[in-house]
Amino acid sequence: MSVTACPGCTTAPVSGPAGGRGAAQMDVPTHHLLLPGIHCAGCISAVESTLLKQPDINAARVNLTKRRVSIASEPGLDPTPWIAALSRAGFEAYEAGALEERQGDDLILPLGVAGFAMMNVMLLSVAVWSGAVDSTRDLFHWISAAIALPATAFAAQPFFRHAWSALRVGRLNMDVPISLAIILACGMSVYEVMHGGAHAWFDAALALTFFLLIGRVLDQRLRRRARSAADDLAALEPARVTRIEGEDKISRPIAEIAVGDRLWITAGARVPVDAVLEDAETTVDCSFLTGESDPVTRTEGEPLHAGEVVLAGPVALRATAVGEDTTLRRIAQLVATAEVSRGHFRSLADRAAAVYTPAVHIISAGAFLGWLVATGDVRMALNVAIATLIITCPCALGLAVPAVAVAATSQLYRRGLLLTSDTALERLAGVDMVVFDKTGTLTERRLTVPPALSTEARSVLRALSEASDHPLCRGVAAGLQDVSPAPLTNIREEMGEGVRATWLNSLVFLGRRTPADAIVVLRIDDEETGLPAVETLVPSAKDAVARLRALGLKTAMLTGDTAENAERMAQEAGIDRVWSGERAEAKLDIIEGLKAEGERVLMVGDGLNDHAAISAADVSIAPGSALDATRNAADIIIVSGDMTQIPDAIRTCRLACRRMKQNFGIAAGYNSIAVPIAVLGFATPLAAAVAMSTSSITVVVNAIRGFKS
Amino acid sequence: MNILVVLVPCSLFLGLGALVAFIWTIRSKQYDDMEGDAARVLLDDD
Repeated sequence: MSVTACPGCTTAPVSGPAGGRGAAQMDVPTHHLLLPGIHCAGCISAVESTLLKQPDINAARVNLTKRRVSIASEPGLDPTPWIAALSRAGFEAYEAGALEERQGDDLILPLGVAGFAMMNVMLLSVAVWSGAVDSTRDLFHWISAAIALPATAFAAQPFFRHAWSALRVGRLNMDVPISLAIILACGMSVYEVMHGGAHAWFDAALALTFFLLIGRVLDQRLRRRARSAADDLAALEPARVTRIEGEDKISRPIAEIAVGDRLWITAGARVPVDAVLEDAETTVDCSFLTGESDPVTRTEGEPLHAGEVVLAGPVALRATAVGEDTTLRRIAQLVATAEVSRGHFRSLADRAAAVYTPAVHIISAGAFLGWLVATGDVRMALNVAIATLIITCPCALGLAVPAVAVAATSQLYRRGLLLTSDTALERLAGVDMVVFDKTGTLTERRLTVPPALSTEARSVLRALSEASDHPLCRGVAAGLQDVSPAPLTNIREEMGEGVRATWLNSLVFLGRRTPADAIVVLRIDDEETGLPAVETLVPSAKDAVARLRALGLKTAMLTGDTAENAERMAQEAGIDRVWSGERAEAKLDIIEGLKAEGERVLMVGDGLNDHAAISAADVSIAPGSALDATRNAADIIIVSGDMTQIPDAIRTCRLACRRMKQNFGIAAGYNSIAVPIAVLGFATPLAAAVAMSTSSITVVVNAIRGFKS
Repeated sequence: MNILVVLVPCSLFLGLGALVAFIWTIRSKQYDDMEGDAARVLLDDD
């Protein structure tokens, strides 16, 4: 196998042919899995061959662009074993819904038609410009008309539709002058051709349509990407729940769960719906609701809320509220109002269009009236007005802004940052203060292994901690890679207590010292060693903060934790300001206060207690591990949770905004030369074609410059 | 100038042919996964 395209792919065993069934065109995919980690040919091959080894799968096809795989199998089959197989092969996978295919608003076909029509008409126009006269010129004009009229009637429809929907409610938008220019140019040209005139504007009308459609296609792509990012996020939530049906435990889609169903939740899993505990006792992590990381004990009959993580399991629950009625959804709805206020953000393009649209109409109408009064020649006046309309073509607005946005978001996407809003780019570029949540964002709780522990004890500890899915155990196991796990027998995980096993002839135990105690111990026979829990910064935090400060940003920490803890962590990370002991509502007030002081605030947080603050901030970032409600409220998701992505993202967004402004400058420069020429009546179709093409190409080239990763 | 009678239809025909080919590429979903198609070239087994 010669695929060594990506060095990060050592986990992907490239084995077996990916061809055959996998490479064949998919009939009808029945399942879709999300694969956030794939990035090269080796990944494609490994994923497809892994899936094709599964007995129920007829075909599997990876889409690298969308980071998904479509699978053809029996409808309604449980994909859990496939996900497990992919996970063994080293790929993270989640069940995802089918992406909705949107055919109706696809602009690629109009773009193609406009492009081909433009090239053909331009070919004929070049002959006219280079001196064709009389009947040859008329013939070429007629052929141009025969191509241009049907082509614009088809390809410019998106502009006509938008312009009409704005005019109908008495408003002007950018599509009104565009439609006007296209229709007038075509109409006037037909009149000119019928009367043997020298100038026809067919090529200009088509070029206008073509360049602006490119902009629209890019824009559409951007919005789709944002929407599919939102779909991807929805897929990260547990889509399946294990339901106890008689004696069996069967994995079901979450939508099928009804009130009263008995559910089976393993340790480390999130409670999917509101429920009451049926077993005697368990501990849960409710940090998403409260921000407190210490586990809470629940006994039989007590409620568990959707979003809480079961730490000791497995446990049986009985569902009490599902779907929109769960605590999680209700809280998400409460803050929905805070998000509406963000809809008022006006993007750079909107603000430019607000100036541009009336200006174009006024200049063109002025040129028409001026020439009409000066010469009394309607035809002459109309020709000048059309030339003005075409030359002021909003290419910079319609093409350059989406080109920059697509280049920037693609770069961010490749680094694992999902933008869920199309204005997030500009809002992130404008921030001057970054506010972090502490727990779960900047810090994590982990158990420390005492250095005095013997090698034997360490290998027992590793084996015990590997036996459990509890997050604290996983942390311990990850820190003990230097010893090999001891051979254990009779491993049992006991709810709310820990893991017990037999090692040689000793009884070994890892877990709470007493059921009511939060201190974790390792016990080998009667010898007990405590594993103190400490809160540490996540590895990327310090670096991220330093780089944010280097970018000239103020940093702050906003936490529900005690002042002492918060100060210590802030000092270690290098953060300037700290607010501690704040509840969710107070966090919201602090963010509002900062905004009132004129700061533009970026909030980085993961929990439900940050949800209101995230919604209120100018722009927000959440790690991929955040709760779904929080992720949905955030503008940008860092899939990997690597905090150093934040300064990188801000730099990219600032570059993007600078490029957009530069492009407006370039366009304004062109217009300041071209508009006087057009208004004074010197513009010919040739001049218009040259001006339009050069300005469009310059802004696009400038847009994509420097965004390659 | 009689050559135009041949060449103009010729160029139109070629242009139209390209347009039809383009429509075909859209219909057969060749723009769905450009990144993936670029990577698949490297696999020796399809």
